[in-house]
Amino acid sequence: MIHIAKRLIEFMLFLLLLSFISFIFIKLAPGDPVKQMLHVDEVSVTKEQIEALRDELKFNEPLYIQYWYWLKRFFEFDLGHSYITKQPVLSELLSRFPATITLTCASLIVMILISVPLGTLSALYKNKWVDHMSRLFALVGSSIPSFWLGLLFIELFAVKLGILPSMGKGTAKHIILPSLTLGIAMSAVYVRLLRSSLLEGLNEDYVKAARARGISEKRIFLFHVFRRSLIPVITIFGMSLGSLISGTVVIEVLFAYPGIGKMVVDAIIRRDYPVIQGYVLFITILIVMINIFVDICYRYLNPEIRLKGVERR
Amino acid sequence: MKIIKQMYWMCSRQLPFILFLAYLLAIVTAPLFTPHDPLEINMNERLLEPSVEHLFGTDHLGRDLFSRILAGGQVTVGTGLLVLIIVLLSGVPLGMMSGFIGGRFDRYFMRIIDSFMAFPDFIIAIVLSGILGPGMLNLIFAIVVTKWGSYVRLARSTVLSEKEKDYVLMAVVNGLSTFKLIRKHLLPHVVGNVFVLATLDFGKIILLIASLSYIGLGAQPPTPEWGAMLNESTPYFHSSPYLMVIPGIAIMSTVLISNLAGDVLRDRFDVKG
Repeated sequence: MIHIAKRLIEFMLFLLLLSFISFIFIKLAPGDPVKQMLHVDEVSVTKEQIEALRDELKFNEPLYIQYWYWLKRFFEFDLGHSYITKQPVLSELLSRFPATITLTCASLIVMILISVPLGTLSALYKNKWVDHMSRLFALVGSSIPSFWLGLLFIELFAVKLGILPSMGKGTAKHIILPSLTLGIAMSAVYVRLLRSSLLEGLNEDYVKAARARGISEKRIFLFHVFRRSLIPVITIFGMSLGSLISGTVVIEVLFAYPGIGKMVVDAIIRRDYPVIQGYVLFITILIVMINIFVDICYRYLNPEIRLKGVERR
Repeated sequence: MKIIKQMYWMCSRQLPFILFLAYLLAIVTAPLFTPHDPLEINMNERLLEPSVEHLFGTDHLGRDLFSRILAGGQVTVGTGLLVLIIVLLSGVPLGMMSGFIGGRFDRYFMRIIDSFMAFPDFIIAIVLSGILGPGMLNLIFAIVVTKWGSYVRLARSTVLSEKEKDYVLMAVVNGLSTFKLIRKHLLPHVVGNVFVLATLDFGKIILLIASLSYIGLGAQPPTPEWGAMLNESTPYFHSSPYLMVIPGIAIMSTVLISNLAGDVLRDRFDVKG
């Protein structure tokens, strides 16, 4: 419990720091935000209008008071409006976030469906052809640029065969190609990891002991080796959840999939600073929360760390 | 310098590593042999199929793809090398210093590094190019920032584990100066480990550069960067598939070779990056 409380306090401090950095960022961004906001449909604006809005946004106050107002808005979940679409940033982020989460989950499923069978077979039939094939898969999979794999898939399934849509979002069919691309790219790492973890497990003394007691190989593998080998895999998995979410950025751009990754890349290219700032805040808070969650889970799952932590204190 | 001797021995023995070095050399010298100007636009020769005159064909602006691939190799691979050199020169001394001094400085410094490393590299790259704007220089800066932490950590942990060993104690007792101690005893270990990590990382850096350039945040046209080239010629993939296939193979083979070399080195020295 002490540990969790400590992490939460750290999180609060982090939020404060992050808010300060974001505030500085938007202040340093080139261009006058007031003019950007008023600049709709090429209608010219008067000086009075600009001044009025400046007053309204407290832009004429000293910097620390501006920060205070910004902070108040930040904690009221007001992240400003997009320069381009004039919509509130937060509502845009939230409306696009489910698409990204769907893509992430679908890719996870693909990844598990590929890496668990391949990794297991590879460890069980070490140095047989299955093993060689899956190691080749892992090597090529970690060397192939994910966006290029996606391009190949589009060319094959969408253009040549015409069975799957290549872009956009809507039906379940739309998610197949993006998730397949990302899932394959991600699974290369896990095939390798699961293989080495299982091989290590198969050499442990308790496996020999179980064999001596006459327990069947199938049982040994399922209940003794496999379960224990998942611990390192889950650790790495937890650590790479964040990079999975970031991996969706390229895939979303490639497939014109309307998630938050596509949104931020468009915003960067169009210099839509409020959206970039909103994305940065959103994604950093999300990743920090994921990290804290994984940390707590891991402590719960693995008693060794929990005990060591107590000893140190 | 035992590790350097071992490396020499290994180079004479291990094929992937030789391949990797040969590949790097080929990439760096390639622009000397480009048959055409990679930037020269010739609208009369748009989208030509591969032929003797244009080995890989031409793109939508009539530029020779073979020359662009060679020039692009220098941009992509050269940028990757530049990133690594900056990371090594700035990260390794700091990491060694942090490990050597220890104490409060070390603790706080590592705290900062840890919080940096909690974020996926792609996110940091996106955030930085969001702040600084798209472009190759900003991309280099972003990748340096993302990769920096792991080198600092590795240099630090190597120094920490070597510092405790008896031979270092002996050297200190016998009055070896701090500078000589670091140079003669600690540096060789650090250099070996860091070298392995750098080889393993190289492929990832190339992928980052190409991916970020593909989504438009890195190299800008007309720079012949492999990822940016793929982005530029997207509308023509269907009519001229070689525009898609060839730059992709260029990226993939580079990453594949460096991954192979990295695996060999890792197995040999058992370094955990």
